[in-house]
Amino acid sequence: MNTPRLEIIEQYCKGCSICVEFCPTNVLEMDGFLVKAIRPDACIGCMQCELRCPDFAIRVHKD
Amino acid sequence: MAFDYDKYLRPGKLPHIWCPGCGHGIVFKGLLRAIDACELEKNRTAIVSGIGCASRLPGYVDFNTLHTAHGRAAAFATGIKMAQPDMNVLVVGGDGDGVAIGGNHFIHACRRNIDMTYVILNNFIYGMTGGQFSPCTPTGDKASTTPYGNPDPTFDISKLAIGAGATFVARTTAYHATQIDKLIAEGIRHKGMAIIEVLDDCPTTYGRRNKFRSVVDMMKRFKELAVPVAKAATMSKEELEGKIVTGILHREERPEYCEQYAEVVKRAQNL
Amino acid sequence: MAKKVALLQGNEACAYGALYAGCDFFGGYPITPSTEVAEVLAKELPKTGGKFIQMEDEIAAMASVLGAALTGSKALTASSGPGISLKQELIGYACIAEIPCVIVNVMRGGPSTGMPTGPSQSDIMQARWGTHGDHAAIAVAPASCQEIFSETVRAFNLAETYRMPVQVLLDEINGHMRERIELPEPGELEILNRQAPPVSPEQYLPFDPSFGDVPPLAAFGSEYRFHITGLNKAADGFPTTKARLVDAEERRQIRKVEANRDKIEKNEEYMVDDAEILIVAIGTISRSARHAVNELRKQGQKVGLFRPITLWPFPERRIAELAGQVKAIIVPEMNLGQMILEVERVTKGACDLHGIGRVDGEPISPSQIMDKVKEVC
Repeated sequence: MNTPRLEIIEQYCKGCSICVEFCPTNVLEMDGFLVKAIRPDACIGCMQCELRCPDFAIRVHKD
Repeated sequence: MAFDYDKYLRPGKLPHIWCPGCGHGIVFKGLLRAIDACELEKNRTAIVSGIGCASRLPGYVDFNTLHTAHGRAAAFATGIKMAQPDMNVLVVGGDGDGVAIGGNHFIHACRRNIDMTYVILNNFIYGMTGGQFSPCTPTGDKASTTPYGNPDPTFDISKLAIGAGATFVARTTAYHATQIDKLIAEGIRHKGMAIIEVLDDCPTTYGRRNKFRSVVDMMKRFKELAVPVAKAATMSKEELEGKIVTGILHREERPEYCEQYAEVVKRAQNL
Repeated sequence: MAKKVALLQGNEACAYGALYAGCDFFGGYPITPSTEVAEVLAKELPKTGGKFIQMEDEIAAMASVLGAALTGSKALTASSGPGISLKQELIGYACIAEIPCVIVNVMRGGPSTGMPTGPSQSDIMQARWGTHGDHAAIAVAPASCQEIFSETVRAFNLAETYRMPVQVLLDEINGHMRERIELPEPGELEILNRQAPPVSPEQYLPFDPSFGDVPPLAAFGSEYRFHITGLNKAADGFPTTKARLVDAEERRQIRKVEANRDKIEKNEEYMVDDAEILIVAIGTISRSARHAVNELRKQGQKVGLFRPITLWPFPERRIAELAGQVKAIIVPEMNLGQMILEVERVTKGACDLHGIGRVDGEPISPSQIMDKVKEVC
């Protein structure tokens, strides 16, 4: 399986950090009030970040 | 494939107005996944709300959308459904809107068992006006109008709905993201009044005043307190104290209101 | 062909007028003295496939009417005094969201619970300014059962034409009195229906000012998907706080009535040409006034009656004209001075002005009016 591709829509991100906290493989980190994918290769496509992002700011592409 | 939310969003409306960490966005996304799962036709679907943070939701979605007055969503929705029984009618709103100022409309919509799906986002507070206590604010908690702790007892929205006659009642939390769309979809498919109560976080006006360090703390608390309904059945009343029972709490078959009215029409026309 | 006639109570005539106009939805709540409107429609609407619902309260009744109207229904509610007070919240919603509907107010005494079985005309100002905020208003005030029928039809036409709530003001007397009325044949009275927007769904804006002051309203459930809010909004229906857009929308909503006064106003003038004393009265009390005019004319007094049938917008131009040709105007009304304030405003002191007010649950009698005329002369 290919590594899922994370899409972060920066203009929607409000910096709540929910995605960072619930990511089981520590892919994400806060950079001030904006989320960054610092270890994208570790993404397992579990969708925890996308499902809990209240702001439509993260999409996980698994295709 | 990532879920294509854009299919249902009105272009150019995001970012939405909700605060950082507000769970409304999580419930919103669950609602869209549920609508998609049920393949609701946009033209034949109305989404109705009252006033408050949650009630801003309809403005973002490409359906027939109606942002009504405070508390009145269920009553407007009843008029739509009665006039057009073939339309899918959904209601969204908060706890203060739904069971304080809109309490009478809420219980009577449940009693009629009119076929609609009401997603009530219970974040225990009036958020839009700055954090006054609602009928769902836990006793003892702080709000801008209960600076010494809330003296009021609370409503259990799901129990209220069951008592009032809703034929599908389910509860989950903003933490349980995948359960949100499953329960809403079940509610949409149910013929009759479906209430889906989603316990939600308001970090800005509730969390901060009540010793939650962050929105993540609030989400984790939902995770800790949630007890699936099947497990809850094996637990004592004492063990369930303070817990949040999640899942489908009540489901029954009872004549639906518009169908009952269709019978009235037949009798009036001697058919 | 002989006309079909019926002996109908005013409230019943109102209900049958609504049906004639094509009313297919009624949302109500029981209240004296308006309940017969609901009772007739509970019986008749299902026969024609229309919808009747008795809601949990007055506010909900008004809400259901607006929900139904947004799907294209011709929707009606009926109430009285305290019920109308409760509906004001959503009458305002109907104003800002521009939702056509008809509200019947069978006026009774007040304030508060007042005198449920007593007649009154004390909601004259409430019909204009009952809900908060600036808004236009249309209200009609028929006098006879025949006119209650036809004015209810016209109220629906006005609601659809100007895309707004229209109130029909009755009172406990003409709501409950029975008169012989001729039932119009289908097609005899004009019926105006809502038209689908003349643009594609992609181009449609629910408050598009390019159509003039009354933008067409699409129906929920059709292919025109749109957003409606009670917030100040822009032409696209979405909330805005931009001063220019809010101002334009607010002024358009006032203008759609102000600029069409000629089409909306309807008055009756009775023996006004040579009148030295003019009586201005509406509804039930205009009947006492007409009787008084007839009696006084027999006695050689030059008295006339001006009867606003459209109460709001108030017939200010015509009353101002008449004020220039009479010595005095007398305004008898079943309240302690509401319509007289409007007459005073528009006549600007051009003639003497006298009121007769009554709030004891009894109508103003012809002799009471005659006494006043004699006192003034």
